[in-house]
Amino acid sequence: MYRTHILVCGGTGCHSNNSGKIREAFEEQIKARGLENDVCVVGTGCFGLCAVGPIIIIYPEGAFYSCVKVEDVPEIIEEHIVKGRLVERLLYHEKALGNKAVHSLAETNFYKKQTRVALRNCGVINPEKIDEYIARDGYQALIKCLTQLTPQQIIDIVSASGLRGRGGAGFPTGRKWQFAKNQVNDTKYVCCNADEGDPGAFMDRSVLEGDPHAVLEAMTIAGYAIGSHQGYIYVRAEYPIAVERLKIAIAQSREYGLLGDDILGTGFSFDIELKLGSGAFVCGEETALMTSIEGHRGEPRPRPPFPAVKGLFGKPTILNNVETYANITQIIMNGPEWFAAMGTEKSKGTKVFALGGKITNTGLVEIPMGTTLREIIEDIGGGCPNGKKFKAAQTGGPSGGCIPAEHLDIPIDYDNLISIGSMMGSGGMIVMDEDNCMVDIAKFFLEFTVDESCGKCTPCRIGNRRLLEYLEKITSGKATMQDLDDMEQLCYYIKANSLCGLGQTAPNPVLSTLRYFRDEYEAHIKERRCPAHVCKQLIQYKITDKCIGCTACARKCPVGAISGVRGQMHVIDQDKCVKCGQCMSICPKKAIIKE
Amino acid sequence: MKKSIADIMAIRESMQSQIILRDNVDAEKEIHIIVGMGTCGINAGAREVFNALVDYVEEHELKGVRVTRTGCLGDCDDEPMIEVHVPGKEKEIYKKVTAEQAVEIIKKLAK
Repeated sequence: MYRTHILVCGGTGCHSNNSGKIREAFEEQIKARGLENDVCVVGTGCFGLCAVGPIIIIYPEGAFYSCVKVEDVPEIIEEHIVKGRLVERLLYHEKALGNKAVHSLAETNFYKKQTRVALRNCGVINPEKIDEYIARDGYQALIKCLTQLTPQQIIDIVSASGLRGRGGAGFPTGRKWQFAKNQVNDTKYVCCNADEGDPGAFMDRSVLEGDPHAVLEAMTIAGYAIGSHQGYIYVRAEYPIAVERLKIAIAQSREYGLLGDDILGTGFSFDIELKLGSGAFVCGEETALMTSIEGHRGEPRPRPPFPAVKGLFGKPTILNNVETYANITQIIMNGPEWFAAMGTEKSKGTKVFALGGKITNTGLVEIPMGTTLREIIEDIGGGCPNGKKFKAAQTGGPSGGCIPAEHLDIPIDYDNLISIGSMMGSGGMIVMDEDNCMVDIAKFFLEFTVDESCGKCTPCRIGNRRLLEYLEKITSGKATMQDLDDMEQLCYYIKANSLCGLGQTAPNPVLSTLRYFRDEYEAHIKERRCPAHVCKQLIQYKITDKCIGCTACARKCPVGAISGVRGQMHVIDQDKCVKCGQCMSICPKKAIIKE
Repeated sequence: MKKSIADIMAIRESMQSQIILRDNVDAEKEIHIIVGMGTCGINAGAREVFNALVDYVEEHELKGVRVTRTGCLGDCDDEPMIEVHVPGKEKEIYKKVTAEQAVEIIKKLAK
């Protein structure tokens, strides 16, 4: 029996920070000290607080060590494991509490306001061991469904819970399943959309990396509910750890007879196959995703017919997002009332967000619907770093919009976000501070959608390109106010006429920044000025009289634009300057300014 | 090998006691037992006391009881010492505890 468990995060963030080596070091040294029967080392999924990775948690204390390096391993073993003393210097320090060391994960502000449903096993179990999943009541929901519930009862439970699709649009999951069940057909399919492509989003990736069996179990339940025997998970090939753990999980489930013919002797058969996507953003759109699984080029097709009627290979199909599935087993086990008790009137349960951008606690958070944006950003996220002022949060990725500071207190749910010109999206949340130019942000997202447009329909293929050209004109100071009006018209035209969700939502970042930050657009046009000093063509670097003539900038300048005599004030030749900003960062006296 | 429903239940039973340590119970509601494990404590047998407590928690699948280690509790000649925190009560400190006595203490607490 193990008396101490050392949990080492194996999510993508910590993994790329060498957590694999840390785990090996722990294993080696535990063995060298003959403690292998007392202490076990467990690689887990994401703990959530990616900003301070690699993260190690040691139970029974629940001690929370952050930014651990391989060199720290001997000290942790000697002090914590052998002598029982916490290694203070490695404990996580909470800024909000005056940089006090926090002893356990549950005590941090980051975790206090969270409710973990979809992420309940992430950072708790070893995702590569099916037995640990079973110990946390894994596959109990499937057993309950197969032995006690009829397919219709399952759909009624899912409907009553009020669960809505977590991929972005928020369609009621129970209703989707009902449509597919009502179709009479021998062959139906259950698909899982794990083609998470929004910039800055990593919710689904973390669920797959930390708790892959939860998705497999829920898909099997869905198969039983709608009368399907085959499932597909469409996952990005750029998620190697998620793919690897899914493969292991599927193999283990097949070995245990939890996938395959005659599951657990109940007579129900269901199997799941992985399909790897090669990174086209449009394949996250449901019809394009199915076309891609069929082996064709990933292009969308018009709806109706909806997938529930005519989907994959022309058969009735349901397609749900990873996080939606991750909620299903909990709804079956705890009942729809439990789930519906969380959240707001029309949005039940919790939502996972990937916090990124100008925020102290970059990471993964799961909050009940109805939590305000302020709580997420200030309490959980720890606010903008370096005391900068919050400007806006972007939700919904390239399809969503920016939420300005004036709407920070709005409770987050599907309908509220749409009413303020953004959307829930899959859960990426990028925080921006006063140093971000909103026109530049809109341009960034539009560059992404222009790149990712599949080219099938004209409004998206050409319209978005034209839209990007307007933005480039504005950020280079060549636009007129007429251009601004024309650009807005074009946005509505693209939204109304594009074939699929990608084109219909692509202008959203432009429209929402226009709505809340029109003054920034106007400053670019009327005053030829970028208020945040971001747009290169509208800024100038200047040397002020603080200059001591040390020549550091002149030597650093890659184009030789800076001249002057040693010991005297230097000047920048504006015609030569390429605005790389290197002079400003090297100046020891902070004598160079941007304006 | 293919499993039956009974097999899955059996795996669940046997694995649960192994990962119960990782349950993050609400810190304000749980009983917290701290074993002093400085050099003095370990010398006097604190490791055996700690092991006995953790084993008891696992065997009986106690929820809401957390056993942790700390350094020297101060009275080195009275080690092994344990501190017991029950929510809403004054903390209790036991001195010169043996493994058997520790089990007695936790038994009473768990009732």
